[in-house]
Formats: sequence, structure tokens, C-alpha cells
Amino acid sequence: MKVAKDQIVAMIKEMAASVAENKKYLTELDSAIGDGDHGINMDRGFRKVLERLPAVEDKDVGSIFKNVGMSLISAVGGAAGPLYGTYFMEFGKVAAGKEELTNGDLEKMLAAGLNGIKRRGKAVVGEKTMVDALEPAAEAFAAAAAKDKTPLACFQAAVAAAKKGKEATIPMLAKKGRAHYLGERSIGHQDPGATSSELILASMLKVLEG
Amino acid sequence: MVIVSHSLKAAEGIKEIAQQMGSDVPLAAVGGTADGRIGTDPLMIKKAIEGVMGPDGVLLLVDLGSAVMNAQLAVEMLGDEDQEQVVLSNAPILEGAVVAVVESAMGHDLERVKRAAEEASHMEKLL
Ligand SMILES: Nc1ncnc2c1ncn2[C@@H]1O[C@H](COP(=O)(O)OP(=O)(O)OP(=O)(O)O)[C@@H](O)[C@H]1O
Ligand SMILES: [Mg+2]
Repeated sequence: MKVAKDQIVAMIKEMAASVAENKKYLTELDSAIGDGDHGINMDRGFRKVLERLPAVEDKDVGSIFKNVGMSLISAVGGAAGPLYGTYFMEFGKVAAGKEELTNGDLEKMLAAGLNGIKRRGKAVVGEKTMVDALEPAAEAFAAAAAKDKTPLACFQAAVAAAKKGKEATIPMLAKKGRAHYLGERSIGHQDPGATSSELILASMLKVLEG
Repeated sequence: MVIVSHSLKAAEGIKEIAQQMGSDVPLAAVGGTADGRIGTDPLMIKKAIEGVMGPDGVLLLVDLGSAVMNAQLAVEMLGDEDQEQVVLSNAPILEGAVVAVVESAMGHDLERVKRAAEEASHMEKLL
């Protein structure tokens, strides 16, 4: 079973809608352990994504995702810009020239995107960042794909893992990003980036659920 | 040299302070986002690098978090030849900029200027 291009476009629109809807929530989380701009940053970024989407909608899936990455890089302004920008640029490399995506493609994209973020931000699991949601999600997707599950079932597994990973950031001591400056004070708060990561993956799932 | 801060005011202020140590050293200040928020923007950083690019190369001094990642992205967006001419420094942004201007005005090469700027983090402030 495959994911068609119009579903990919719908997923990107859903991400933008979800980020806009949760702008205040993300900013509140970032106010507790950061500089209080994550929701604002992400919303600026995804507004730019929407603005530029019509110009590339008809191109291959790779070009569509590269455009998402470039839009986020140019408009976010905070750490989430280069990080999610790299994430979607890596999606774009895997999806280059493709008009639809197989489970194998999606699995590779999630792994490549995660590796791009880890290369860019040097974070590993346990440091209270988006990696804590994205890494278990990529692993859960791969495990489900290995059992020949449908893309829908694979994304369900990935989102469940991202949600668990996000919740696991609450007791963590931040080792990267602004929250790192807070030391012990960062304990007891959910990481804003891990939260937006779950929103992004949940948006992809939502489109497959129809 | 390019000074990259989350705030344009901070970058310009640091530039002002450092420039006093050598008025001939090409210095650029870049900070904030294109729409005037606190943050950093790789495209603005890239433009600033191109503005001061010369045969001796460019040293980048950065403040926190995304300034580092966006400076790296900006360098990756440059052409291959320019890329080799740009180095990112781990120096404290203000003290590093002051030391780097002094070293650069003395005619030292990029590697040596970078090293000297990074050593500024061990400098004793309290006498
Ligand atoms: N080095 C990193 N690696 C992975 N994720 C990171 C890193 N630094 C920050 N993050 C993630 O980014 C989120 C914050 O994003 P936001 O857009 O608010 O950037 P910021 O921290 O305000 O940026 P800046 O560095 O400009 O201050 C954090 O919650 C964390 O998940
Ligand atoms: Mg922030």
C-alpha cells in the first residue's frame, strides 16, 4: 500500500493547521524552560510553508518536502528552524523523483530525517529534545513496517512512540538548547520540541485515518 | 569577521566595541530574524559573510543555540570555494571579537586569529 502525493500535500497542510492550533500551547511549554517562542517560531515557519506550497504541489514528493525544509530554515528563527529544516530536507532527499511513497520510503525518510537532526544538533536520546520523540517514532515505524503493516498502522505505532517519548522528557534534565541553561530547573517540564514533533507525526497519521 | 547574535542590537554593539581595536578590519554584524524578532536567520548570515568575504577568509563569532546551527547552515549554502575560507569559532562572542580584531589587525592568519579568540574564554577579568 502506498501514500499518494495528494495525501502528502494534505499532511503538510495538516501540520501547519496543527501548529497554528497549538501555537499558544507550544509557547507556554517553551516559556517554562526556554525563551517562550517555540509556538511563534513554528507558526511563522509553517505559514511560510503554506505560502510556498502551491508553487511546488505538482512537483515530485522530494521537491515538495525540500520546499518545506527550506521554508522552515528561512522563517522559523530559532533552533527548530535548522533542525526541522534539516528533517524535511532529508525527507526530500529520500523522496526525490517519487510520485508516491511506499512503507519502505517512509521508513527511510523518518530515519534520514532523525539522523539529520542528530547531526545538526548533536543531541542523543535522553537530553530532553525533539530527538526523544523522533527517535522512538522512527524505530516504531520500522518495527511495524518489518511486520508488513499498512502505512496507517506504521504511523499509528510511530505516533504512539512519539507520545511516549514526549512524555518521557518531563523528568529529564535538559542537556541541549535553551533549557540546558536552566540546569535542575528544567526537570518536571515537557520539552516543547518533543511536543511539536509529536504534532507533526500525528498530522501525517490524521490524513491516513481519513 | 561576522558577529552573529540573536539580537541585532547586541551584534551591532559588539561590533562597535571590537571595531575600536582596529578600524581597518572588515566587520559585519547580523542578528534577529528577517521580521525583526529575536533569533537567527541563515540567509541573513550568508549575506553578511559574502559582504566581508576576502582573500584572508572570514571568522564567525556566534552567541547561543540556533546561532551556531544557522551559521553552519549559512556556510553550507556558500559555494565550495568560499566554504573553505570560513571558520566558525567557539570563542565568547564579545571578548572573542575584541581579541580577534587585535590579532587580525596584526596581520595574523585566520587559524591563528581563531585560536586567539577562543583563548579569550580563559582570560581573567577580575584583577
Ligand atoms: N541541539 C539540539 N538538538 C535537538 N533539538 C534541539 C536542540 N536545541 C534545541 N532543540 C529543540 O528545540 C526546541 C526549542 O525550539 P525553539 O524554536 O524554541 O528554539 P530556541 O531554543 O528558542 O532557539 P534559540 O537557539 O535561537 O534560542 C527545544 O524544545 C528542543 O526540543
Ligand atoms: Mg525557544
